Amino acid sequence: MNSAPLDRRAVVLDRDLAHRPEKVWRAITQPHLIAEWLMANDFAPELGRDFRLRNTPQPGMEIVIDCRVLAIEPHHTLSYSWSAYGLESIVTFTLTPTASGTHLRLEQAGFGPDQDAAFKGARAGWTQFLRTLTTILDRPE
Amino acid sequence: MPTTETLFKTLADPTRRVLYERLCRDGELTVAALTAGAGISQPAVSKHLGVLKQAGLVHDRPAGRQTHYSAIPGALSPLADWTRTMASFWDNRLDALDSLLTRMDQ
Repeated sequence: MNSAPLDRRAVVLDRDLAHRPEKVWRAITQPHLIAEWLMANDFAPELGRDFRLRNTPQPGMEIVIDCRVLAIEPHHTLSYSWSAYGLESIVTFTLTPTASGTHLRLEQAGFGPDQDAAFKGARAGWTQFLRTLTTILDRPE
Repeated sequence: MPTTETLFKTLADPTRRVLYERLCRDGELTVAALTAGAGISQPAVSKHLGVLKQAGLVHDRPAGRQTHYSAIPGALSPLADWTRTMASFWDNRLDALDSLLTRMDQ
């Protein structure tokens, strides 16, 4: 199976940042810093914490995303559920120290609302699924 | 065309994902062929196939005593649209994160 077109279908972004993991961790876990690059929020770095991300792209229009912290390992991993417009997905940040700073991987995987307990396995399953299957999208009708 | 929400809900079940994956990979298969190696009973397989059919992901073709199932091409397109939208969203946000990290030095 050709793997070239597959990765671009899954939500997986890799970034090399010229900053130490401790600092990147602060930027993704402190509410006033999260607000600067993502959205207004009431995040707290606690397992099971429910929080909301809010954005007002134009007057009278508010985007609200319901989230829950699913995994947290300081300076390394942060996962939270991301529920918007009836779609439940999971966002995961993984930080790896490098010689020049931090490698950041962001993944967003989607599945049903009853999968939280087994989210790690489900996340792997989902990513694998997308990678395996996306060629069908290119199949002629 | 199934909605993204329907796709998420339908494919949330790992067993359904495996069945659907086999139909994508192997082409048209009977319920009996899908049951072999699935680790669950034929009625359970049929039930999952019913959900996949209702979601617009698979097509069934009765032939004698057997029902053949196949994946419907292009049915995953909304999922591809969703991943593209979210990838673009995060790409912009990560630019903003990088810029914030630089400001944090000052």
